[in-house]
Amino acid sequence: MSNFTTVSYKKDELNKELAKLFTALLEQKTVDGIMVPCRQPSGTVMQTLITDPAQTAQVDPFAPVVPVSSAKLASSLTAKPSGKKIALVMRSCEIRALIELVKLNQANLDDTLLIAQDCFGRFENNDFYALQESGLTAESFLQAAQGGTTATDGKDITEACSVCEHPVSANADIRLCLIGADAGTFVVESVSEKGEKAISDMGLSGSDSEGKRADALKTLVAARQEAFNQKFTEYQENINSFQALEENMAKCVNCYNCRVSCPVCYCKECVFVTDTFRHDGEQFLGWAQHKGNLKMPTDTVFYHMTRMTHIGNFCVGCGQCTSACPNDVNLTMAFRSAAKVSQDRFDYEAGRSLDEAQPLTVFHDDELVEVTGQVK
Amino acid sequence: MSEFEPQIVAFFCNWCTFTAADLAGTSRLAYPPNIKIVRVMCSGMVDPKYVIKAFLNGADGVLIGGCWPGDCHYINGNLKARRRVAHLTEILKQYGIGEDRFWLRWIAASEGTMLQEVANEMTEKIKAIGPSPIKTQQEAA
Repeated sequence: MSNFTTVSYKKDELNKELAKLFTALLEQKTVDGIMVPCRQPSGTVMQTLITDPAQTAQVDPFAPVVPVSSAKLASSLTAKPSGKKIALVMRSCEIRALIELVKLNQANLDDTLLIAQDCFGRFENNDFYALQESGLTAESFLQAAQGGTTATDGKDITEACSVCEHPVSANADIRLCLIGADAGTFVVESVSEKGEKAISDMGLSGSDSEGKRADALKTLVAARQEAFNQKFTEYQENINSFQALEENMAKCVNCYNCRVSCPVCYCKECVFVTDTFRHDGEQFLGWAQHKGNLKMPTDTVFYHMTRMTHIGNFCVGCGQCTSACPNDVNLTMAFRSAAKVSQDRFDYEAGRSLDEAQPLTVFHDDELVEVTGQVK
Repeated sequence: MSEFEPQIVAFFCNWCTFTAADLAGTSRLAYPPNIKIVRVMCSGMVDPKYVIKAFLNGADGVLIGGCWPGDCHYINGNLKARRRVAHLTEILKQYGIGEDRFWLRWIAASEGTMLQEVANEMTEKIKAIGPSPIKTQQEAA
């Protein structure tokens, strides 16, 4: 069902060509709104919900920055049906998180057109804004990344991105492809029926070939996979005890930014801010007396381990936790590592498919016999 | 130095394992006092947090006792517990708390003898492998 259309752009006009496509979608009433990263008056790049076809000039989806995971934004747009059709321009990690939210009934894809952009990675927010000052644009980044370099001016994409083996989203209606595309072009791929209708509304033929995409993608994924394996082994070897985990989390100040920024931290109210963890002074003194001292704030490792059990099966490795951490705690690998062991155990992959049930939502009489080792 | 006496926190389902512990008691089947029982309404209500908290506070082992598959008072709480235990085991294993310290066992209300056996077996096993690494780390610190 996949078909491809190559679109060429002149220098500095990538966003202009993309804007034309988005304008067409709104003009043809394919969708009523588009959520797409746009340049803001202040120079930042934020997801923006556009409804007026005349206001697409500021789109900049390939700017290598993701201030907020769009999965949560898409959830707030779609959890309750609005009766409107919305196109969502998102990266692979965001879509994979969104798929998990759909399974948790916190989002709905019925009235959406999923537009997945190829992703070479993103910078930390402040790195991006600094690089932008010195002239980085989406185009200059993409060109370098297509050539295999993501670092500029001594700054590189986030750790999470450098070990991300999903630069392309498996689930989408349309893909905006840049991996393997020739210089000065991008490729629009329609993946589903919805996608096909949309690209014809955009006025694209869909008659081109995939070009060098498959090979380029294979090389990129292999490199990322290797980088992940290395970091994972390193993490498993170095942080292999509670003491080491405690040291890893030592700078944590219990601000809980990591769970706020986490696209798949699904609880409506986090137990760590409820009365369960609001203790009296007497209680704290009691605990302190056990050992003679008590580190405060308390329950830091407890909090992170609880989050590992809550989101282990859903973590997509987007790295927003690390980006949100004010104290540079190494969260990405802690959570990707928890995700790897959890998802491997259940042969599950977060965001892979809407048809796979989340591991803790299904259970059978005759499974996992090895847990108890008992047979009647 | 006296022999190491492990602290084992046990979450027993009200309908089966806890009743089995009662039966063991009335049948005068002695089991080690290392097992500290917390009665819960179902093995399926044992939140992973309870287990993590127990280990963080120095438990040498955690034992969850539930009904055999098919016998759950709430139809399938024990099956949910089994999946959760499998998941939590993977997370704990990474940080040095292996399957030898974290057990889930099916013990029916009539199986007082099995309760005694499991309690003995787990206590012996943990005596053999020694105190929880978390406890030793905390004491060293």
